[in-house]
Amino acid sequence: MAWLVVRLAISLSLLYTASAVFEDQVGKFDWREQFIGKVRFALFDTHSQASKKLLVATDKNVFASLNSRTGDLFWRHVDKTGPEGHIDALLMYGQDAVVVVGNGRLLRSWETTVGGLKWEAVLDTGSFQAAALIGVQDFVKYVAVLKKSAISLHDLSSGSQIWVENLPDSDTVQYQTIYSGGNGLVFVLGFVPSSHIVIVEYKIEDGEIMKKKSVEAAWMSSLENSCAVISSGNLLCVDQITQSLYTLPLQSAEHTEMRQIHLQTLDLEVASGFQPVLTSTQPNPAQPPLAEFFLQLSPDHHILLQLKDDLIAPLRDFNPSYLAAFATSGEKTVAAVMTPKNDTACSINLFSADTGRRHLDTTIIYHMDPNGGKPNRLYVHAFLKKDDSVGYRVMVQTEDLTLTFLQQPGRVVWMREEALADVVTMEMVDLPLTGTQAELEGEFGKKADGLLPMVLKRLSSQFILLQAWMAHLWKLFYDARKPRSSVKNEVTIDTLSRDEFNLQKMMVMVTASGKLFGIDSKSGTVLWKQYLEDIQPNSIFKLIVQRTTAHFPHPPQCTLLIKDKDTGLGSLYVFNPIFGKKSHISVPALPRPVLQTLLLPVIDQDYAKVLLLIDDQYKVTAFPSTKNVLQQLQDTASSVFFYLVDSSQGKLSGFRLRMDLSTELIWEVVIPTEVQKIVAVKGKRANEHVHSQGRVMGDRSVLYKYLNPNLLAVITESTDMHQERSFVGIFLIDGVTGRIVHEAVQRKARGPVHFVHSENWLVYVYWNSKFRRNEFSVLELFEGAELYNSTVFSSLDRPHPPQVLQQSYIFPAPISTLEATLTEKGITSRHLLVGMPSGNILSLPKMFLDPRRPELISEQSREENLIPYAPEMPIRTEWFINYNQTVSRVRGIYTAPSGLESTCLVVVYGLDIYQTRVFPSKQFDVLKDDYDYILISSVLFGLFFATMISKRLAEVKLLNRAWR
Amino acid sequence: MATIRVLSLILSVLSIITLLWTQSGECNNGRRIGDAVDTDFSGFSVPLEHSFEIDDVPRFRLRGALQFRGGRENGVYLAQNQLSEKDRNTMKDVAAVDGLYRIRVPRVSLQVDRQTERQSEGYITAFVRACSLVESHLSDVITLHTDVSGNVIGISIVTIPGSCRGIEVEDEVDLEVFNTTISVVAPVTAPVPETAPYIERMEQEMEKKGKNPQEQKSFFAKYWMYIVPLVLFLMMSGAQDQSGGGAGGGAGNGGGR
Repeated sequence: MAWLVVRLAISLSLLYTASAVFEDQVGKFDWREQFIGKVRFALFDTHSQASKKLLVATDKNVFASLNSRTGDLFWRHVDKTGPEGHIDALLMYGQDAVVVVGNGRLLRSWETTVGGLKWEAVLDTGSFQAAALIGVQDFVKYVAVLKKSAISLHDLSSGSQIWVENLPDSDTVQYQTIYSGGNGLVFVLGFVPSSHIVIVEYKIEDGEIMKKKSVEAAWMSSLENSCAVISSGNLLCVDQITQSLYTLPLQSAEHTEMRQIHLQTLDLEVASGFQPVLTSTQPNPAQPPLAEFFLQLSPDHHILLQLKDDLIAPLRDFNPSYLAAFATSGEKTVAAVMTPKNDTACSINLFSADTGRRHLDTTIIYHMDPNGGKPNRLYVHAFLKKDDSVGYRVMVQTEDLTLTFLQQPGRVVWMREEALADVVTMEMVDLPLTGTQAELEGEFGKKADGLLPMVLKRLSSQFILLQAWMAHLWKLFYDARKPRSSVKNEVTIDTLSRDEFNLQKMMVMVTASGKLFGIDSKSGTVLWKQYLEDIQPNSIFKLIVQRTTAHFPHPPQCTLLIKDKDTGLGSLYVFNPIFGKKSHISVPALPRPVLQTLLLPVIDQDYAKVLLLIDDQYKVTAFPSTKNVLQQLQDTASSVFFYLVDSSQGKLSGFRLRMDLSTELIWEVVIPTEVQKIVAVKGKRANEHVHSQGRVMGDRSVLYKYLNPNLLAVITESTDMHQERSFVGIFLIDGVTGRIVHEAVQRKARGPVHFVHSENWLVYVYWNSKFRRNEFSVLELFEGAELYNSTVFSSLDRPHPPQVLQQSYIFPAPISTLEATLTEKGITSRHLLVGMPSGNILSLPKMFLDPRRPELISEQSREENLIPYAPEMPIRTEWFINYNQTVSRVRGIYTAPSGLESTCLVVVYGLDIYQTRVFPSKQFDVLKDDYDYILISSVLFGLFFATMISKRLAEVKLLNRAWR
Repeated sequence: MATIRVLSLILSVLSIITLLWTQSGECNNGRRIGDAVDTDFSGFSVPLEHSFEIDDVPRFRLRGALQFRGGRENGVYLAQNQLSEKDRNTMKDVAAVDGLYRIRVPRVSLQVDRQTERQSEGYITAFVRACSLVESHLSDVITLHTDVSGNVIGISIVTIPGSCRGIEVEDEVDLEVFNTTISVVAPVTAPVPETAPYIERMEQEMEKKGKNPQEQKSFFAKYWMYIVPLVLFLMMSGAQDQSGGGAGGGAGNGGGR
């Protein structure tokens, strides 16, 4: 019976902890941005004139349809990560889009209007080479897929395989291209490097080999890029070394070698070291390609050529030109060419493909972003205007993965920042104060210059404040009369200022492509962006906030450490996180690989925290390194410790700073790599506050927490992956003394391990290989009933090891990332934010992860509000903080405190970005949105007047009585 | 100055030699003399070295020998010499400049059957402030940590008390003999979700429920008039006055932490 009472009590208490977004709160303080990644294939739907569809396939294995008028997503399909979901080819015909996925594993056909899957065919194994639509008698009916050793033909409407044929001599010949001109034949082109080209001719109906021939081509190194089929089955190749073009009619039997045309005869020359590129166009797969083609001779030189009567004639030379592309609308094929105009702009012009003549009034001016990269891809959407002339729009992709959609005469219709699909790290920075607040702030900073001027100064600033307040009130009043939707004012970089509760912050995001973004956390607007050129693709980024906004008039300062993964060599990029401007502070050169960075609480005279960079010779570089800083470092050197992790040798070592900024090794822990390898090391967050030192027990005694700020959590995984013997090791190591505070092994467990280390606890998730499920485990450390030294914590003086409590739970869902909420003062209870592969973010109360959850409930545990132990962790759908706004491929969660103790700002990033606020203990310091001000004030006023009136009445009555 | 340094080096070398000699011969050192003797054949020993220098450049010399007994848990004893007059003085000088007292042991495996493949490249080191060692009158706690397969992965040293208050240690005798507590700690096995006891408990509950359905039924029958209004009230307040109710809950949660 008691059990039932407790259950009831628990369910009632859960009623309180249950939190979810109300319907009218949707989108009020949260937003989501969806991305697709770097575009690899883009096709405009030219099926009908009014179509707005733009189909894209990206390197993030995303296949999506964009609205070409707005840039919004119509639909998006996110496939598996890695090579399994890699999109090899995208073909479109009419309403159907055919996609080859996973190195030729699957062939799928999508309906493009709603994004529904029409059919899917599993293909035979073999690495993918090429795919093409095959037409017969002006009608496209088949799709052919070329693998390394076989070719298969599939029906376009049903996906059924018509035939599959092995390719002859596929172990020596590299087959790379398919061509069909709509005449009932499929040509498969392959070559033997530096020897000859092989052409195999298949009959479409039954896959019979009609003809097979090989043609001498000793110069050939690759078919794919240097060859193209043009004008009713002429193979055209270009070679850089012999500086020649080669042609060969595919069907004729008498030609046994390719005809060589020296580029010199056309007055052309390929730039040295440049691999020339041929671009042809086949507007309709059921018809032969056009006789015109582009030849790119150098990075900024294209030429339009034509093959006519076996002769190649230049139509138009584009020098200089960055990009060129063909587009077809109806019967007309045009070529768009981007040429540089001046330093900051390019112009795009349209030329008719068959003559090379320029179309009049077709110039689009493309302004290059000074903080962006160079354009590298051009996609053209041509359409016929009412007067039968050709109009066009273009989409430009740049190096920094920006997609810009332009129309004449250069208006940017929309822009997408696809670099944000791959956010690596981020920080949130407070916005600056408004001018008036700063004025007041500045007053305190100044030195006193007499009593009277100070009084005057104070009065004037108070007056300014009053004025600002009045203006604010007026604005509030004014806005209140307008409908809500029209109030929304645009956020620009000039109007940025901190709000009352510091809920709006600047999100500084670093992306893998080396582009930095400053995003307003309230609306998701990109306020600034900066592309860092020459970033190696496998760089490691570390973003450090050296100076916050709190030190007016000094601007805030962020430092980005860019480190090459292979060499470890790094460089620093210092910038202002609010405006994105590069700072002019001189940055120390880092000639040696950087092993570790350390942000000290020591500040220089400009209030910037000192960053220490430790190189591979254990030498320390300080940044900033002014005299003041070096002096301070000398004074505090003996209390500056840092640790290094060498996971390849399993070595953790501790160092102490010396006066002369050299270091000395003071401790070493070696975890043998034969048994286990270190997978992650994490300390605690520096900006975390813990409000209560201990926990009040049921008997009113206090269990003190072991709050060691230097504690490191080291997670290892066993090298033996056998499911019975594999384990996950958990080491809690003091980063100053190297003392192993706790050491535990989770048997029959495997990674990937996700963990959060905070306060006095560590929560980790692992895969139980025996029961095949995810499990949560929580470790809490306590000092015991009394504190050793309650005034100050020192790692050097804490001789007694802490008590460690641990408990594990089953988590009935997969996990992709884990983070804990963070609030200003740490009073609010903590929640764990669990990112799931399904795209949901679960806010799990830490209350459920408490190793003191009792097996059997007692009076004392009830007193403590402990939930009785249950092995399975509940997942309630109202705990999903992002309701239906799922985040694809969650990679990280960032939490930041706001000015309100109850509120924690959360940013989830992966393929998408989602920002919201969470209230782990409800909004106990905020009046709710629909708080009835009118009722409460009318009651107040009513009472006030009632008192006044009754007082008056009482007076009258008294007077009357006195007269009586 | 230089001559003194050379002299100290020679002396330290000499002391190591004497220590090594004493170790193989009779053991008149440390606290557990008797224990140390009978470990000679069943286990093996590992040198424990220490270093304390004014210039803070580590120069390790032998402090004692860690004697392990194969198989048994915590079967470790430390046989160590007492500090010489010179060492005591150095120790006090190092403590005065807030220098470090370092110890190290070679990387070994504690499993007896692995002794043949014992790899001795590299050491694991730890430190403590010399002043705290002096002020605690050489009372230290040394813990050796091993991994699952018995390799020593870390060593830690703490003194009790661990603080440095600047108390002068007058008596030379206090700095002669180490009062060491030594132990070997192997990793603990982390708990797994305890499903079996939970199910058992649930079954017991069910049984209890099954045994006296009378009482079970009568509970609701007896208290429904209290429960229903309470639930209704809570639900109403929960639904209507969300922030107000949340404040109570939040404070409760916050306090409970």
